[in-house]
Amino acid sequence: MINWPVILNIAKTHLVTKMKSSATAALGVTFGIGAYITLISFMTGLNEMLDGLVLNQTPHIHLYNEIEPSETQPVSLYDEFKNSFNIVHSIKPRQSQKKIHNALPILKYLKKDKEVKGATPQLRAQIFYLSGSIDLSGNLVGVDIMEETRLSSMDDYIIQGTPEALKNTENGIILGSGLAEKMSLSVGERVQISTVGGDIFPLKIVGIYQSGVADVDNIQSYANLKTVQRIMGEAQNYITDINIRLYDITLAPTLAKRLQKQFAIKATDINEANAQFETGSNIRDLITYAVSITLLIVAGFGIYNILNMLIYEKMKDIAILKAIGFSGLDVQLIFISQAMMIGLVGGVLGLIVGYGLARLIDNVAFETSALPTITTYPISYNIGYYVIGIAFALLSTFIAGWFPSAKARRIDPVRIIRGT
Amino acid sequence: MEYVLETKNINKHFYKPKDFHVLKDISFGVKVGEFASIMGKSGSGKSTLLYILSTMDTEYTGELYLNHELVTGKPHQDFSRIRNKHIGFVFQFHYLLSEFSVLENVMLPAKKLNEKSHADIERDAMQKLEMLKIDYLANQRASRISGGEKQRVAIARALINNPIILMGDEPTGNLDSHNADNVFNIFKKLKEEEGLSLLIVTHDEDFAKRTDRIIQMEDGRIIP
Repeated sequence: MINWPVILNIAKTHLVTKMKSSATAALGVTFGIGAYITLISFMTGLNEMLDGLVLNQTPHIHLYNEIEPSETQPVSLYDEFKNSFNIVHSIKPRQSQKKIHNALPILKYLKKDKEVKGATPQLRAQIFYLSGSIDLSGNLVGVDIMEETRLSSMDDYIIQGTPEALKNTENGIILGSGLAEKMSLSVGERVQISTVGGDIFPLKIVGIYQSGVADVDNIQSYANLKTVQRIMGEAQNYITDINIRLYDITLAPTLAKRLQKQFAIKATDINEANAQFETGSNIRDLITYAVSITLLIVAGFGIYNILNMLIYEKMKDIAILKAIGFSGLDVQLIFISQAMMIGLVGGVLGLIVGYGLARLIDNVAFETSALPTITTYPISYNIGYYVIGIAFALLSTFIAGWFPSAKARRIDPVRIIRGT
Repeated sequence: MEYVLETKNINKHFYKPKDFHVLKDISFGVKVGEFASIMGKSGSGKSTLLYILSTMDTEYTGELYLNHELVTGKPHQDFSRIRNKHIGFVFQFHYLLSEFSVLENVMLPAKKLNEKSHADIERDAMQKLEMLKIDYLANQRASRISGGEKQRVAIARALINNPIILMGDEPTGNLDSHNADNVFNIFKKLKEEEGLSLLIVTHDEDFAKRTDRIIQMEDGRIIP
């Protein structure tokens, strides 16, 4: 039997006649929520950018042939020494190839797997870049450039030229930016490379690549897989690495384990390769939430204070309302709804302010050599944060309004009216 | 004669600062259409009794009947409803909600009762204001009118739900003799024309003498 229109009308009248303190309370919420939205958008944008930096350049699962010694040395296979203590000196790595055995069937198998977004073959070759009389040692990676673009947004890191140019140029090369600078080369020119065996090949520069990591940009270049196979004098099934991307990154560790067993091959997953990066983003999230919650608690105290004062001022009104037939619950609802109105107005304004500030930051120039595609500060626009923001605004104002309104509910009208 | 309000052996103690027996075995009744006044010295317990009768004070022993129905011991929500529907109350200080207009103040108890449409309530409120000759104030803010006018608005508010009894705690105590006279005449008219029962606590002997019955109180007892 709660008569909401009457209660809300009284609450609204109280707020409107006390415009100044209502506005102050609402501004407190606006400030808290606005700061939360700005902070979380900026922090998450930054996190996503840094995650992207790591995730784009790191395959979810990396398959390769590790050069390592056999786990069981020949002597332990020999029955006669079974019960003796064997010491083997100068263990050498097992005689093996660098290439992945059965690389093509593995690729075919992976591409059929439903959890796999894609698998790309790579051939990593040690080469020398020849610049006059100077040899610069480095890597040449043979890739399927269109697949790399699809799966690891490689085009984001090609600062000059296009992936298509490499695909269409059989003896093309995308040169690391550090190398291009060292050798004063630019797109359209030619660079000579030499294999470890001493064969020299001229390649045409179709693009410049910048990962943002100087150690990579100074030594690494990309060419078509077939080109590198030809340079190395190897057959078309010679592949040293397979990079796998999954739809769901959390499945990486289990799938890596399975593949390692199934194909007798070394498989590392992304968590193993970048354990520290997750820690970083977790801590940044934690800081963001800690700061936001602090701001909202401060706003909550503001509301608590103002409602408390309002209730002292309205003591007589409360007594009258009770005398003319409003119950304690009605009175409590009047003050709770005042708190909620402040929370709603302040919260919605806070969302708008937060969004505005986020847009502002989004348009501030931010140039970094690490990320060639980024020109302004990164901002994440996630609708979820706005939902959390308004929910928190309502929750905190509800709690801040609860205690003063519960006090109003208990006020004894006789004592107020008789003035004792 | 029928009683609209009746008490049986009402006793009340104040426990702070020390035990004090304010009301001792109060048993009396107000008849339908009766205009009764309660008189007594300060501290004789007359206001305390009135607040018990109005159901705002529930800490007492004994029995209170309204329209022959025992109301003592009901839950608080019921008391709120009884006050809303059956009892009109006028205080010494007018006690209007100062942010609302005169009309809104009068309409508030009816809106809370929620038995009529908004248009009906507004018509009723205007009718009460007309009866008290203050209809021209309807759209004024309650804080902008004079003391005598405020008391008349408070009476209109007390009457809006057509209560069975109107109670007043020194309703003329804060008014000059002209306005006090005015209020008395309104009460008299309500009794004669509408058959309303009234129970008024007062210090004013002239006022009391003109009522149907004076209930004298002393030291927490009714003097027969």
